[in-house]
Order: sequence, then structure tokens, then C-alpha cells
Amino acid sequence: MPLNLRAAVGRAYPRVIGALREPSWTFFDVLLPLLGIAAYIYYYRALGAASSFEGFVVLGGAMTAFWLNVLWGMASQFYWEKEIGNLQLFLVSPMSRMALLAGMALGGMFSAGVRALSTLFLGLIIFDVHMTVEEPLFLAAVFLVTLIAIYGMGMMFASLFMLYGRDAWNISNLLQEPIYLVSGFYFPVRALGPWVSAAASIIPITLGLDAMRQLLFGEQALGLLPVATELVILCVLAVAFLVLARYALRYMERLGRKEGRLTLRWQ
Amino acid sequence: MAVSAHLRTFRHAAWLGWQMESNWTRPWLFMIYSIARPIAATLILVVMFLVVKQGVANDPAMFAFTYLGSVFFMFVAQVMMGATMVIMEDREHYQTLKQLYIAPISIRVYIIGRAMSKLLLTSVSVVISIAFGILVLGLPLDLGTVDWPLFAAAMALGISCILAIGIALAGITFLTAKHSSGINEGIGGAFYLLCGTLFPLTVLPSWAQAVGMAIPLTYWLELVRRSLYPGSAMEAISGLGALGSGTIMLYLVVSTLAFLAASTLIFRYADRRARRAGKVDMTTSY
Repeated sequence: MPLNLRAAVGRAYPRVIGALREPSWTFFDVLLPLLGIAAYIYYYRALGAASSFEGFVVLGGAMTAFWLNVLWGMASQFYWEKEIGNLQLFLVSPMSRMALLAGMALGGMFSAGVRALSTLFLGLIIFDVHMTVEEPLFLAAVFLVTLIAIYGMGMMFASLFMLYGRDAWNISNLLQEPIYLVSGFYFPVRALGPWVSAAASIIPITLGLDAMRQLLFGEQALGLLPVATELVILCVLAVAFLVLARYALRYMERLGRKEGRLTLRWQ
Repeated sequence: MAVSAHLRTFRHAAWLGWQMESNWTRPWLFMIYSIARPIAATLILVVMFLVVKQGVANDPAMFAFTYLGSVFFMFVAQVMMGATMVIMEDREHYQTLKQLYIAPISIRVYIIGRAMSKLLLTSVSVVISIAFGILVLGLPLDLGTVDWPLFAAAMALGISCILAIGIALAGITFLTAKHSSGINEGIGGAFYLLCGTLFPLTVLPSWAQAVGMAIPLTYWLELVRRSLYPGSAMEAISGLGALGSGTIMLYLVVSTLAFLAASTLIFRYADRRARRAGKVDMTTSY
């Protein structure tokens, strides 16, 4: 246990330090979502939408930091580690692979959290968006469970992508805008209809965003399900993805050893 | 260098770019990877429109304005980034840039050639998106009334301008390894916001409108929309209604030439600095 704890802290450390050591990256990480947020906010203004829609955009734009971190900092991570030769070192060491993934997730949550908070804060100030937090504890619970669920999903993808070559990069690319679309990052997900919304709910950020929108914007959020129900589903998803990640990791590592693909580069 | 040598470089670079993009997986999977992301980005805007307006029929001109802006902006996002990624890929990932420098070819022609695969794929995405818009979403576009000569001229100038910006950014990438993707995406994002891609320029604050009016892509998008919708519908929305198509074409030509000149200067400067500083074969793991 102390070894695994040290492994998790050790893997989280470079992500936390990296986020603080290169402040210029934080500038770009905050600026880039703000440009997209600004474009969508002016678009909503051109359409004559209610001001709450601008709040949806700021919230969704801030949450993209976590989703992008899940895709590029979790799901694709073992692919990058394989490309630069670190994966074999991780596998040789006696630590639990789950501890490694947990460290990646914790470090990623920190660095993405800094970006998301900065984006949210600047978005609220620049675009004069109003949100009302009436149930802060409920909001914090939804937010935390959403993070655990999406990072659990990222851990599962990391395991599955372990043996991939360029597919890993392309699948992560494929999971950006299409997920922003089906998960309703910039509009109430209910607008996609009941079947698409229900299918998209397998992606935890769909329900997480919907619940947060309801807690921040009330009736205007056009919620999909009651917040309490969404929180319960998110809890189930969080546990399910963590368990699946563990099994997927074990299976893919065994397969990789058998087929000799754990050190294969340039695929 | 002889024109035939440039053409040969261009042809081989385009072939290489296509092979690198496509030969590692099955064609259908490659197509999905290539077109799903830009099309989804456009559909986000469609849903945002439908949530507010409750139907295309309630404001067809605005829908067409946004849809076409978003669809044609794919060229900026894909082709410009494609040109800049050549330096990152060949220097850092494949580590072949030094061999290309030794070869008797023009690096700028090589970059343009490599960007052609992105241009081809983006063209496919644009055609699919427009077909989807017409057939499924009710995009009010009549191909029989399109001003094709104006469209062809606008596209030729617009793509030239995008490639010029891409080459300038490729040059900057030589010098800014750890910031290159931030700079490239930042410039792409600024164009998305300031060039009237999704909404009329008049929605922006006046200082942002002034910046937008200095970017040739603003005029390119305006001409593309006007050529696809001859009449006054697009002019009435865009905020550029006071300008005739001839005037806008003139602005586009002049600003594109200015960007081409600036691009040449930036690339030459960056190339010289990179050689002096030993950055042509640098690997940074970024």
C-alpha cells in the first residue's frame, strides 16, 4: 500500500509541478477556451437567446478543460508513454497499474481544475454572466462525482488504448467535438431528444453538466432528469468505470505481453 | 529553382502527406476519423440555433449565414493547422526535417504539398456537410442560382491566404516548439471569433470589428456566402452590406497579397533564425 501510494503521488507530482512551472501554458489553456466561449456567446446574442444560454456556454467551456484532460492526459497517455519509451519502465516496476492511473487522474484534475476555474472566473467577469448557487453542497457533490466518473472513464480508455497506435490519437480527436455535441456542453442536452439524451448519459459529463446547469440556472436549464436522480446515476457510473478500468487494464496488459505490443512504436 | 522542380516537390509532398494521413488504417475508419469532428462542430451550432429559433424556417437566412460560415471555416482550421503541423511532425516525431533541408527542394513548396491532403479531406467534409444541410436540415441553398465564377475566385484567393498564414505559422513553429500549438490554435480561434464566421461582425464590440475588417478571411467568407446566395439576404445580415462584391473582392485580393508578402518574410526570418540556433533538427518532446 505505501508503495502504491508513493506511485500515485509520484505520478501526480509532475502534472501538478508541470502546471505551475510553465505559466505560459496556463495562459494558452485559459485563452483558447475563452475564444471559443466568446464566439458561442456572441452567436447566442446574434440569435437573441436568453442570457442564461450565455451561462451554459461559460459552464460548458470551463468543463472542456476536464474533458480534454481526460482524453489527452488520461486516455491517450499510455500511447504517448509507449512512444517515448516510458511504458516499459512503468510495467517493470512493482507498483499497481491502477495506482499509476490514479496518480495521473489526480494530477490531471489539479491542472485541469486550475484552467477550468480560471476560464469560469474570466468568463463570468468578461461576459457578465449571472449564476446563483443556492445549494453549494449539492453542487460540490455533483461536481466531484462527475470528476470521479469521467476520470474513471479516462482510466478505462487508457487501458484500452494501451495497445493502440495512431488509433489512440485519432479516437481522442474523435471524442472532442462529437462529445461536446451529444453531451450538450453548450445547450440543454434535452434539446437532442429523449433517445439521444439517454444514450449520451452513458458519458458521465452529460449528466454532470445537466445537473450543474439545473443547480446554477434553475428552471431555465431545461433539465433532463431530477438532480438527485442524476447524482445517483453518476455514482453508479463512477463505480462502474473504475471497476471496468481495473479489468480492462489487466486484460490489455496480458494481451500486450502475449502479442509483444507493449513496446511497439510508430504504429 | 525551376518550376518543374517545384511541381515535382509539390506532387511528391502531396502524395507523402496523403499516405501519412491515410495508409495506416482501413479507408472507412479513416473517413470517419477525418470528417466526424468537423461535422460535429457544425452540428453543435445547428442545435444551438434550433434551441433558440425552434426551427430553420423561422430564420432561414441567419441559419444559412451561420451554417456556411461554420462549414467553410473548416478550411481554416484544417488546412492552416495542417501546414503548421508539418514542421512539428517532421522535426519532432519522424525526425526527417534535416534530410528535407539537405534535399534540393523548396521547403515552402514541400509544406504546401503536404497540406494538400488536408485540403482534399476538408473539401470532402465541406461537400458532405452542405449535402447534409440541404437534405436533412433544410438549408435553403439552390445550386442552380449559385454564382460559380465568384465562388471559384473567392475560394482560390481564400485557400491561398489560408496557406500563406499556415506557412507563416510553420515558420514561427521553428522557433516556438513548446508554444506552437497554443499560438496556432489561438490564431485559429481569433479568426473564428473575429471574421464573422458564425454571426455578423456588428455583434462584436467596435474594436473587434476593426480587427475583423483587417483580416482577409472576413472578406473571403463574405464572398463565399454572397456567391452561394446571390441577392441581398447575406449582405443584409453580415454587416458588410454597404460594400459591393467587387469592392470586397478587391479588399480580398489586396489583403491576401499583403498576407502572402508577410508570410514570406516571416518564414524566411524564422528559417534563418532556426538554422543559426540549430533548431532545424531539434527534438523537444512537446
